[in-house]
Amino acid sequence: MITLADGTYDVETIRADFPALDQEVGTKPLVYLDNAATTQKPDLVLDVMDRYYERDNANVHRGIHELSRRATEAYEGARAKVAESIHASDASEVIWTRGTTESINLVAQAWGRQTLEPGDEILLSVLEHHSNLVPWQLTAAATRAQLRYIEIDDEGEWILDDLPSLVTGRTRIVALSHVSNALGTINPVERVTAYVREHAPEAVILLDGAQALAHLDIDVQALGIDAYAFSGHKAMGPTGIGGLWARRDFLERMEPWQGGGEMISVVERESSTWAAVPHKFEAGTPNIAGAVGMGAAIDYIEAIGKPAIRAHEHKVIGYAIEQLTARFGERIRIWGPSDLDRRSGVVSFSLDFAHPHDIATIVDAEGVAIRAGHHCAQLVMKRYGVPATARASFCMYNTTGDVDRLVDALGEVEALFG
Amino acid sequence: MDKSAHYGEPKLNSLYKQLILEHYRSPRNRGVVDDPTVEVHMQNPTCGDEIHLTLRVEDGRIAEVKHEGQGCSISQAAVSMMTKLLEDRPLDDAGHLADRFTEMMHGDEEAEKDRSMGDLRALAGVSKFPVRVKCALLGFDALQEALREIGAST
Repeated sequence: MITLADGTYDVETIRADFPALDQEVGTKPLVYLDNAATTQKPDLVLDVMDRYYERDNANVHRGIHELSRRATEAYEGARAKVAESIHASDASEVIWTRGTTESINLVAQAWGRQTLEPGDEILLSVLEHHSNLVPWQLTAAATRAQLRYIEIDDEGEWILDDLPSLVTGRTRIVALSHVSNALGTINPVERVTAYVREHAPEAVILLDGAQALAHLDIDVQALGIDAYAFSGHKAMGPTGIGGLWARRDFLERMEPWQGGGEMISVVERESSTWAAVPHKFEAGTPNIAGAVGMGAAIDYIEAIGKPAIRAHEHKVIGYAIEQLTARFGERIRIWGPSDLDRRSGVVSFSLDFAHPHDIATIVDAEGVAIRAGHHCAQLVMKRYGVPATARASFCMYNTTGDVDRLVDALGEVEALFG
Repeated sequence: MDKSAHYGEPKLNSLYKQLILEHYRSPRNRGVVDDPTVEVHMQNPTCGDEIHLTLRVEDGRIAEVKHEGQGCSISQAAVSMMTKLLEDRPLDDAGHLADRFTEMMHGDEEAEKDRSMGDLRALAGVSKFPVRVKCALLGFDALQEALREIGAST
């Protein structure tokens, strides 16, 4: 478990909680730098999920018996933990989903498809992950709504000077990432929200928080938004679970998107009435163990504290950018904001002597796991005229030693291709 | 430590052979064929590698073949080696070569010894890196599509 001696950030103690970090790949100790894809899981999460299946497994909200009571308590308790962590005013504003993608699709279908009319506008940005683009393309195609895009500058920051022409009387939905998965940009969402509220008060504002939950303190009320989508697995939790937070009045106005058990109140031959939120949006037996695991992951993160995590990551990515620049100079291009205060745990880069795939294969042989590709953000790649980048993504358990291993491994790439 | 027991390095050496790096740095038959019989654009959606293959066929033979595009060393070297072997070869041979290379990528050691594979034999090590096999096959996927289009039009 987490022991923080006299308020200092004890990264080695944190690392010891993550069994997957303690292994060799080939003959080299693993350096895991693909955290933007998915993070590793601490013992706490693994143990809580095991215990749930070993002792408490039952269906939720259905049974009178003791195990069902325990399962329901654990499931709803986890919902309350997530709600508290993102400063929601009430746990009933958090809907369990399979993850960020499903959360966004829920809004795109249950709200977008039901309410948009031809000529209505959906505002996105070119920084978006495909999961916050394609659901809106489908909705736009079905409703004949228009897609509008906030462009990005050379440092991967939104060009907000364009807002007056992008936010119009027809803007109905604004769907944007809180943190970019491809570049690590921490987006100035408050500025956009304030502008939208003033100029398009009817628009629904949704944020994709997949890359924020493990890294930043999130206050959904202070952000002034309507909905926030997130995943468990990118924040030390299991895969297959995540959530959608939305303001209660917005959830009340939205129709269900999937029918089944759990989401109904009274079922007649021709029609039914819906359960209250959040259950209205949770048809079928949910991923109970996943929810319980995600609750434990939130406990783990909160025990360390988001400000401490952010301060640590800030230091490590600062060191990474400094070391990469010192070692490769003009031969490396690091994408994204140069201001570290505007960058989360992602360091996306190109080397002028090797393709990202070759880079990833060679550093993998040195035990260093990074991602190479378009990162499900093809619009970002097109903006910079590159087919792919290499991406090292850091989180709470990475160290400056990990950075040194990455730089050394990239030296092997240079030896072969340079 | 015994070097031969080292997992990473020997494997990497078996992947990045000198001949591969040489084709990557100086690709053969780069460009676009004049007056092509067929042209195929092939993209790997998971990684963004692209190959634009153009062929001119005369009397059932490949008179000229060129490629453009961009990608990793494996995809670019493979297509360079492929075009070098295809020049002035009957279309039937091209289909056979594509089949043989695919077999090699799936670990067929006989294919690896087949002299008709020319420089492509240097890519045998790719079969040990499953995630990179699709890189090596991109050019041949384009070739097979081109052969289908030629077959459909004759």
